[in-house]
Amino acid sequence: MSATRAALPPTREPDGVGERPVDRRRGSTLLRHLTFTLAAALLLVGVSYAVEPFRNFQLATVAAYLCATAGLTVLTGLNGQLSLGHGALMATGAYTVAFCQNAFADRGMTGGWLLPLSLGAAILSTVVVGAVVGVAAARLRGPYLAGVTLAVAIVVPALAVTFDGVFNGEQGLSVPVEPPPASLGLYFPYERWQLWLAGAATLLAMLLLANLIRSRFGRTFRAVRDDEVAARLAGIHVARTQVLAFVVSAATAGLGGALLAVLAQSVSPGAFSLTLSLFLLMAVVIGGLGRLAGAVWGAVLLVALPDLTHSVTELLTLSPAVAQRLEGNLPLAIFGVTLIVVMIAAPGGVQGLLSRLGRALLARLPARRS
Amino acid sequence: MRRTARRGLAIASTIALLITTVGCSGDDGSGPGGGSVPGVTDTEIVVGTHMPLTGPASAGYSKIAPATKAYFDYVNANGGVHGRKITYKIMDDGYNPANTQQVVRQLVLQDKVFAILNGLGTPTHTGVLDFLKSNRVPDLFVASGSRSWDQPDKYPGTFGFNPDYTVEGKILANYAKANLAGQKVCFLGQDDDFGRDSLAGVEKVLGPGTVAVKQTYVTSNTNVAPQIGAFKAAGCQVVMLATVPGFTALSIGTAARLGFKPQWLVSNVGADHPTLAKQLGAAAPLLEGVIGTNYLPMQNDTANPWIQLFMRINKSHNGDAPFDGNTVYGMSVGYLFVQVLLAAGKDLTREKVLETVQKGGFQGPGLVPLRFSADDHSGYGGQRLSRVSKGVQSYFGPAYETDEADGPVNEYSAAPVAPPANGVPTVS
Amino acid sequence: MDRFVFLTIDGLSRGAVYAAFALALVLIWRAARVVNFAQGAMAVAAAYVAYTVSAETGSYWLGFVVAIVAGLLLGALVDRAVMRFVDHTSPLNPVIVALGLVLLIQAVLGMVYGSEFRPAEAPFSRSALSVGGVAVLSPYDLFVFAAIGVVVSGLAWMFARTPVGLRMRAAAFAPEVSRLLGVNVGGMLTLGWALASGVGALAAMLVIPTELGLHPHAMDLVFVSAFTAAVVGGLDSPPGAVVGGLVVGLLLSYVSGYAGSDLTPLAVLVLLLAVLLVRPGGLFAPVAARRV
Repeated sequence: MSATRAALPPTREPDGVGERPVDRRRGSTLLRHLTFTLAAALLLVGVSYAVEPFRNFQLATVAAYLCATAGLTVLTGLNGQLSLGHGALMATGAYTVAFCQNAFADRGMTGGWLLPLSLGAAILSTVVVGAVVGVAAARLRGPYLAGVTLAVAIVVPALAVTFDGVFNGEQGLSVPVEPPPASLGLYFPYERWQLWLAGAATLLAMLLLANLIRSRFGRTFRAVRDDEVAARLAGIHVARTQVLAFVVSAATAGLGGALLAVLAQSVSPGAFSLTLSLFLLMAVVIGGLGRLAGAVWGAVLLVALPDLTHSVTELLTLSPAVAQRLEGNLPLAIFGVTLIVVMIAAPGGVQGLLSRLGRALLARLPARRS
Repeated sequence: MRRTARRGLAIASTIALLITTVGCSGDDGSGPGGGSVPGVTDTEIVVGTHMPLTGPASAGYSKIAPATKAYFDYVNANGGVHGRKITYKIMDDGYNPANTQQVVRQLVLQDKVFAILNGLGTPTHTGVLDFLKSNRVPDLFVASGSRSWDQPDKYPGTFGFNPDYTVEGKILANYAKANLAGQKVCFLGQDDDFGRDSLAGVEKVLGPGTVAVKQTYVTSNTNVAPQIGAFKAAGCQVVMLATVPGFTALSIGTAARLGFKPQWLVSNVGADHPTLAKQLGAAAPLLEGVIGTNYLPMQNDTANPWIQLFMRINKSHNGDAPFDGNTVYGMSVGYLFVQVLLAAGKDLTREKVLETVQKGGFQGPGLVPLRFSADDHSGYGGQRLSRVSKGVQSYFGPAYETDEADGPVNEYSAAPVAPPANGVPTVS
Repeated sequence: MDRFVFLTIDGLSRGAVYAAFALALVLIWRAARVVNFAQGAMAVAAAYVAYTVSAETGSYWLGFVVAIVAGLLLGALVDRAVMRFVDHTSPLNPVIVALGLVLLIQAVLGMVYGSEFRPAEAPFSRSALSVGGVAVLSPYDLFVFAAIGVVVSGLAWMFARTPVGLRMRAAAFAPEVSRLLGVNVGGMLTLGWALASGVGALAAMLVIPTELGLHPHAMDLVFVSAFTAAVVGGLDSPPGAVVGGLVVGLLLSYVSGYAGSDLTPLAVLVLLLAVLLVRPGGLFAPVAARRV
């Protein structure tokens, strides 16, 4: 039974123990999430003024990736379905936003409401694709599901090349995005505006996801992951729950892809290769599977790690011959070693490690226990 | 309570990390720029590029940027340009457009480069055109034969370098029309703008419908036996290849084992003999008689003064890396860029560099003229044919020039120029 | 008809290699319940060792033997030095570690050998012999079929007839009981990794001469096809891997021959869906995998 299950998060308290008190305070859960979202939004605005444009852009990219990693966390961490195809779902969202924005631009339409409309369309189209894949996925387990999603990850970018009349092949499409509104001033940095856009969309998505996880749906997701038979006996429709999880996950991945396209102002199949799908999976596991905070860590690592390893390599001064060999390869090697070491030293990922540290710290402060 | 506290701790640490990641290098914004022109000081010019140094597409290409850098180092050792040393920042994008977005922004926004030079790849570079335009960064000598770089109205700061694929297709087809008349011509192209534009050029010269069998390949499928089998079955006598080096070698190797021996006409992209011979190994004699094109001095032509110069620099500043067409290409790009910087004068600005390139008139290692003008941003406008004979690839016949439209293919007969004595261009 | 025969032979000789590689995946899956995403990179590493040996000694066969030995050792090393320390309670952890290994191995190969394609020699002629005007099999194709036939039947014999094979099966299916019965479960696991990696190295040695050449990423695409093949056949079934490999090889050949090379990924997805929606555990699943 358990052998065919896709993914079982490493450590967690038995279901229900941590949930019941939350249930009693459902109103306050929403309130807490809202407060947190608001605080995060304020912090983001503050940070967007404090740092230079490139960091703003990096943070905006983190936000876009966060949508995808959070979606994958819901699917793999909470519902136990493995997906190697989230890059393809991101591509779906990205191409939809490109089509919408181009259609608006061709018709000479302008206005601040167009972009949200395009993003909505992107989510909608990904939901449709996600539902189709999800129905197939609900029948499959473990590596078989991995195989099918892997094929999806390869097919979607390939379709962009096959139907190049529509998708413009490898070269892809440009995504016209309007400049920041004039009310922000003439010299408002474009990257700050990008961070605001991506941050706002992502925080909204995270708020909805956080509430979903704490809701009845979230509990059925986990029940199906932990024991399908028990879930069925408890009256949960297993297949329907799995499809629902896939759809939710696809919607956020689509939003992430759409944001990425908006940030890059372009979309091409090469950006959504199998490598991206695998990196997303690495990100959520390294971040800490099964928690939204883990998804945050994963998204941060996706952007920061290549940059950090590159900086480390740049510190070394090497002869041209050695530099040519190491260039590009050394960052990858460091990345690979990091993955292996983190997985061995902290199987619960970064978030698991932090929780352990936090527990250890709290245990030393008995006076504050209530 | 404990639970909430733990959650609070997690959130706090997350925020702390976010701040440290953004903060840790958030204060180096001054960069080398400092003055009014980004990337330019009295002693230094910083330029950047994006190249695949890793990943499946890196073969061959990973040698271009180091060669360019070696040429700059050579110029720097000889006093630099107007007293300034050139720093060349090479960023690896793995031929992944998503990475290109990141590294080009890092170069422009963080490292404050003066210009992006020789960014490689059609899908990768297309994605950053708008970004470079809105930041007014000169985008010089893009390393790809796509026609996208030649849009002066839309992208005034972008210039190409390679002859575009249509020009190449026209020149190869012109050879077939003149020398292989009456033979059955077939075509294998990469399934993107490379193959498409090349085929368009071929059909402009031979006429529509004259290519008997057209096949395409995708780089994600390394079995070309079905395509080559179709050529053999149709009795093709001439096969034109718009292929990257790996697939040129694969096609020729596959044809040999199927006992199929057509006349091969190969696009410049996939015709570098050392690269092909290395990949075919013991089967390298199959390359005998293959006709290709090029527009820079042949890497094995040791009598050519340009090659002598580049080989010398390769030895002194490039760690004596294996010398092939990519090395020649990288150094030629470096030479052209130094020419542009010199001509732009001591008071270097981005606008001045663009004006200088548009003025044109640069003569360097190229066998055909560069087409730069106010309304033409495409690079070299022609090619010369080469043939492999007794394991040596060498030029034959005249150089040709043409346009990407319906213009005729003309001979270009101006004599090539010799390099300056010390290998560093001077203001003309 | 000629074209059909040609595409069939071409597909089968590709498929044989996919079959061997899929078999390597199945071996590790059965032994450790891990889909080894690092299989391709490990096999390429072994092939590079062979390349070095062949280049030094001038002997293809010495390199061939060294590749398989290197594959065996690398498999054992990966198990003993890395996988043994990975928490297997979540099946995703070993997958992530394997992906980390891929990055590491490919980067190290890139540093040592550079990112240029290296020629990979074939020990026999790859020119097809003609029968009645139709180019059929090349001596190299025959060599591929023979090598893979030997490996498949050798493994089948080992698992069915030899004590060590039986112990490996026991250790994989009931580790606790086997341990009580005195089976060295850890040792069997290492043996499983070594064998799988050795088979993978063999597959790499066979397929690389037919591809673009030796390159750190040379097996990436083969891995994807072989994984598909293993899933189609059923990850628990060695015969399934062989059949799956041949089916995938034929499909790729027919689709690129009759429809166009760009449609092959779509064809693979359709095949996967068609097989798995009818048999969710693959063609050769012992029992239906859907148990709820």
